[in-house]
Amino acid sequence: MKQYIIRRLLISAIILAGVSVALYALIRLMPANYIDSIMRGNPMITPERINDMKELYGLNDGIFEGYFKWVAKAITGDFGNSFISGKPVIDDIASKMWISFWIAFIAMVLQVLIAVPLGVIAATKQYSATDYSVTVVSLMGISLPGFFFAITLQLIFAIYLQWLPLQGMVTARNHQFMNQFQQMMDILLHMILPMTVLVMTSIGGLMRYSRTNMLEVLNADYIRTARAKGLSENTVIYKHAFRNTMIPLVTILGGSLPGLFAGAMITETIFAIPGLGRAGLNAITLGDIPYIMAYNMFLAVLTLLGTLIADVTYAVVDPRVRLS
Amino acid sequence: MNEKEKKVQEQEDLGAQALELNLEKVITPGQLVLKRFLRNKLSIIGIVILVSMFLFAFIGPFFTGYTAEEVFYDIAADEIAMYLRPSAIHWMGTDGNGMDIMTRLMHGGRISLTIGFVVVTVELLIGIILGGLAGYYGGFVDALIMRFVDIINSIPFLPVVLIIGAIVDELNIDKTKNIYILMLVLGLLGWTGIARMVRGQILSLREQEFMVATEATGLSISRRIFRHLIPNVIPQLIVIATLGLGGIILTEAALSFLGFGVRYPVPSWGNMINAVNEPFILKTYLFTWVPAGLLIFITVLAFNFVGDGLRDAFDPKMKR
Repeated sequence: MKQYIIRRLLISAIILAGVSVALYALIRLMPANYIDSIMRGNPMITPERINDMKELYGLNDGIFEGYFKWVAKAITGDFGNSFISGKPVIDDIASKMWISFWIAFIAMVLQVLIAVPLGVIAATKQYSATDYSVTVVSLMGISLPGFFFAITLQLIFAIYLQWLPLQGMVTARNHQFMNQFQQMMDILLHMILPMTVLVMTSIGGLMRYSRTNMLEVLNADYIRTARAKGLSENTVIYKHAFRNTMIPLVTILGGSLPGLFAGAMITETIFAIPGLGRAGLNAITLGDIPYIMAYNMFLAVLTLLGTLIADVTYAVVDPRVRLS
Repeated sequence: MNEKEKKVQEQEDLGAQALELNLEKVITPGQLVLKRFLRNKLSIIGIVILVSMFLFAFIGPFFTGYTAEEVFYDIAADEIAMYLRPSAIHWMGTDGNGMDIMTRLMHGGRISLTIGFVVVTVELLIGIILGGLAGYYGGFVDALIMRFVDIINSIPFLPVVLIIGAIVDELNIDKTKNIYILMLVLGLLGWTGIARMVRGQILSLREQEFMVATEATGLSISRRIFRHLIPNVIPQLIVIATLGLGGIILTEAALSFLGFGVRYPVPSWGNMINAVNEPFILKTYLFTWVPAGLLIFITVLAFNFVGDGLRDAFDPKMKR
């Protein structure tokens, strides 16, 4: 197992190197040049000054030169300073990722609490009205365009009904004058709509997955044996069958854990949540090279970590699986 | 007719009857799948929606009498006829540029559906070839291809597509043509799932007896892979492709919504919703963006209904 993990990590390093080359080349081809965009329309700036600035920001280096400079620093853990904020990119990401993480984490918990029981119930009553409604609801969830759903929710609940705030994390005007409880409620109120979007658009997959799994388990021989022994239907389903459906579920959830830090680009932008995703989109439009590089490498690491965790937990939960 | 002839005749009748009975009983696997598929109400609903959507998008424009990029002018008010409410002339009103929304929805549908099909085709081509090679040869070829799959897989999808979108913009390509680049990019980044599935299936299929037989009869390797192994994976491929179509329509819509996919004046369902970035449109002119969103939702839902129905129909383990 130890050997397996070490080998996987080594392979991951090679993959990351490949990803970083592709990313750097693409980013340097981008037209949005940070210096040009901030200097545009400023009559006091001379071309020499712009050139100096570009030199300073490393935009005059060729792609190869720039890449090797970047790699040499990145290996030591220095990803440079963000062009936009001027602070080290790592600190920027570290501070923003927790906002994205907690939102995504709570959304995932809600998702599991809703999707797994519904999927299991649908499977035990296959082809019943319940089963059909669960199927339809989950397929509808998968089919929802997230951005459209988000805007529609904003329109209904924030603009027409005015029950919930439109955007942001806190009420800017008076958040600081609230006591701790009120502050928490304030954040909670702001999170209802984005959370609804995140849960609704991703709940379908999990629901379908737990249903299919439960169906497979229910058709297994040991379930027939359990019934033949005369166990009650509840014991059969919730003790024998359910525990076995948990195996792939735990794997999937474990694997998606790192991804929670990534941030939801579109949802965060629409709801103006200052998370990693919104910052990433902003960086791409402005051409903040250090930030885009670090952000995308961070996402790549999360993906690799996710698959590794999924594979390892699979072996841990299911003793029949051997890693080689 | 004497006794003997009668008997012969009777026997022939019996034989014919038996033959008919037999014919009734023999159902090809394809028919079985079709039967199971058609029994599923949701997949029928999906098919009906998809057929009407195709008619709407591909035949519809011939009947509206307008083109997608035609700007209407209000002579009485001496200004562009923008944000006209739905009326007999413009069934779904006009948008902020004075263009007929109904016509744009149809053309947008053409583009969304075409993008879906082209991207899925690209994905299938790359996925089947690379997955097939990796699965059949194993060893070094497999390791090489799978590492490549890992690299593509770890490239963050949305950021990279946005970056490429920005690059393509700079190239000053005709706005109608940059859709093709978009399709290619989506296809090149999206095939890994198919490759993995094909590889996994072929790894188990190649150990079976019929593959030993193909080797014994001396068939060429490409024939063995593409004639004998891939057809066995086709059911799963059909399901993945159908579900993938919906997913790509969603991706394209999201990209166009962010302003990176299909560009104005070419209409797409996604960039029609883009109009809501102006708050007053969001509130006042619902008819400019809600229909596009609903069309995306309904179309993707239909693809998912059909894909789900196909999966159930193909799966011999599913009891009915």
